[in-house]
Amino acid sequence: MIIFVSCILLFLIGLYAIVIKRNLIKIAIGFALIEYAVNLLFALVGFKRGALAPIITQIDTPHHFVDPIPQALVLTAIVIALGTTALMLTVILRIYNQYKTFDIAKIKKLTG
Amino acid sequence: MTIIPLYIAIPLISAFLIPILGKIYKPLVWMFSTMVSFALFILSLYGIVLTQETSLIVYKMGNWAPPLGIVMAFDSFSAFMVLVIAIIVFACCLFSIRFLSNYTGQWKFYTLFMLMTAGIMGIVITGDLFNMFVFLEIAAIASYALVAFGLKGEQLEASFKYMVMGEIGGLTFLLAIALLYAKVSTLNLADISMSLQTIHGTTFFWMVLGLIVFAFSIKAALVPFHSWCPDAYPAALAPISSLLAGVCTKVFGIYTLARIIFNVFAVSRATDPWFFNILIGMGLLSIIFAGLTALNQKDYKRLLAYSSISQVGFILLGFGIGNYFGVVGAIFYILAHGLSKALLFFTSGSIVHSIDKTNIADLSGLGEQMPTTAWSFRIGAMSVIGLPPFVGFWAKLFIIIGAVKAGMIWIAILTGALSILSLAYLLKIENNVFMKKTTAIIKGTPFTMRIAMVFMVVLIVVLGLGFQPFVDFIIGPAAHALLRGVEYAHLVFEGVVTGF
Amino acid sequence: MKGMSAIVKSITNITIGFIFLYGVYIILHGHLTPGGGFAGGVIIAGVFVLKVLAFGVDKSAEKKSSTIASIFESIGGLLFVGVALLGLIVMGTFFLNFLPKGEPFRLLSAGIIPLCNIAIGIKVGAGLFSIFLALAAVKYIMED
Repeated sequence: MIIFVSCILLFLIGLYAIVIKRNLIKIAIGFALIEYAVNLLFALVGFKRGALAPIITQIDTPHHFVDPIPQALVLTAIVIALGTTALMLTVILRIYNQYKTFDIAKIKKLTG
Repeated sequence: MTIIPLYIAIPLISAFLIPILGKIYKPLVWMFSTMVSFALFILSLYGIVLTQETSLIVYKMGNWAPPLGIVMAFDSFSAFMVLVIAIIVFACCLFSIRFLSNYTGQWKFYTLFMLMTAGIMGIVITGDLFNMFVFLEIAAIASYALVAFGLKGEQLEASFKYMVMGEIGGLTFLLAIALLYAKVSTLNLADISMSLQTIHGTTFFWMVLGLIVFAFSIKAALVPFHSWCPDAYPAALAPISSLLAGVCTKVFGIYTLARIIFNVFAVSRATDPWFFNILIGMGLLSIIFAGLTALNQKDYKRLLAYSSISQVGFILLGFGIGNYFGVVGAIFYILAHGLSKALLFFTSGSIVHSIDKTNIADLSGLGEQMPTTAWSFRIGAMSVIGLPPFVGFWAKLFIIIGAVKAGMIWIAILTGALSILSLAYLLKIENNVFMKKTTAIIKGTPFTMRIAMVFMVVLIVVLGLGFQPFVDFIIGPAAHALLRGVEYAHLVFEGVVTGF
Repeated sequence: MKGMSAIVKSITNITIGFIFLYGVYIILHGHLTPGGGFAGGVIIAGVFVLKVLAFGVDKSAEKKSSTIASIFESIGGLLFVGVALLGLIVMGTFFLNFLPKGEPFRLLSAGIIPLCNIAIGIKVGAGLFSIFLALAAVKYIMED
């Protein structure tokens, strides 16, 4: 129970970084924190005390296995987060190229 | 029945083929994309014919039965959304043949375009919750890259803002899936629906539903989470703006919300009326706030963006009313607004192609020199306002009839009165841009762009005049597919057993 | 971008082969041990990134590498969707596991899963290398 609460706390810290910070790179780091928190929560959902990793080996003793579905889903979610982070960093670099600053208060061409 | 995975496989294969074709011979790229989108359009018509016979078709991927495997549950609402997507994607492909002639790297545009099409087709067909998340993220990442396509300052800034807000929505949805999986241990939509029947109405149920509504309100640009929308729609290129405004915001936010509220969580107006009153409140907030803000915009496309936010509020209002006529009106308005708003963004693209200015004060008197554009704008605007006999009028009429039948007379009167707001801001454009006189000579609109606009105009007029068979055969079954709630789950399991 | 010193270049020449072999091992044994297509693809992309960092690349070579990586990425994607469609054409369901399954714990078992792993490995490797080149190419645009 305490583990799930700390994952949600990490999510809120990441959300704080996205909302409050003014540097573009710090916003991207806030994203990484949110992704870690959600993936960790998902992988911990399938945990059972005293169970083995869900790989079938040649020693066939029937034993309890940890739930493998959240692990497969977290693999997919990590790949999606990789794609989003790569796109975000490329856009940030090109914004720096154009505006010569990382401060979001100075990037204000669109108004109204 | 085997054409159902083809809706996803065909755009995906063409997205992987286009980089290779682009290296061989450059014009091959747009010829191939236009042929693929036309083929998708014909297949979507066949999909509607399929769902007339059997009400819900279940397709098991890899022949694994649920809840172990991933299924595609293709019912009438999915068939209708596939038709809407195919029409608007085909028109945007036609429009961008000449619009992109000044841009290098056309193969990058068409690859992202086909990936986004594959993503949104996947969202509306799938019957598995995590599969819906994966397709949502594929389509969302493709749309972030497409908004930034021209690499100018405004486009990069708008794309970054859209990316941050869209990803917060997507990750909150993933958090909701994690919490839901912890409780029900399954990911199949039908299985979740059956398991949630036992815990209907507990605190956990409303908390997860609240997280999901929050996540999809960001994606659908509902007030107060709408602030990415007035930056992203004007900054993007015109075919991308029309695709985003016509289809993407509705599929990302409104389709997923409707599917999850009505079929998975199985909330209906009979059991929890206060939830639907909250939806009506959110819809009215969007209509009024965005409509009033649109009145003093000075940029052509930004005004159209606020108009889009306002009209999506009407769709949410229709879903919030909750009886048969309200849901029929909301679903019909998805099609009507998609066609009309895409047409209005096409006119803005045609103006930018000819003059390269978007401020209303700089444009005047284009009515005589660009007759196709001017008449397309007038017909699209009349459909958005809701004047007969165009298709927008019948959709709003169904929403008003639904409100009257549910006993909410003052909402019916308010819906009629708020259409006057749309009249006000669209008349502002009509007056300043198309009516005054000018002496400047401008180049005309290319032929394929005119064909795309005329195609949409013909569809608006034909569907407006002949709405009765359309509503009876296509939209009525779609509304029944939503309103039957837990029946969806029973039909999916039946379809699995009989080997469909 | 400029390369590094001579010591780094000679050590890179020796170790690139071993790292590539390790990546191919992880991809091919994806149905027996943890790893599979994505993890092996990341290691193979690491091989190319190491070569670019150690030897440096100038503008024309970077454009050529980017084109070749794009073609390999398309081939990987087409292979994956092609295997899925082959299940549709040959046996009747999309993504059906139609090759013979063999005995467990052997290398040539489990149907189409090794083919899918190889396709994903090629696509991820080429894709991550393209991302690296796109992030590094911003430097050239900044110098223009």
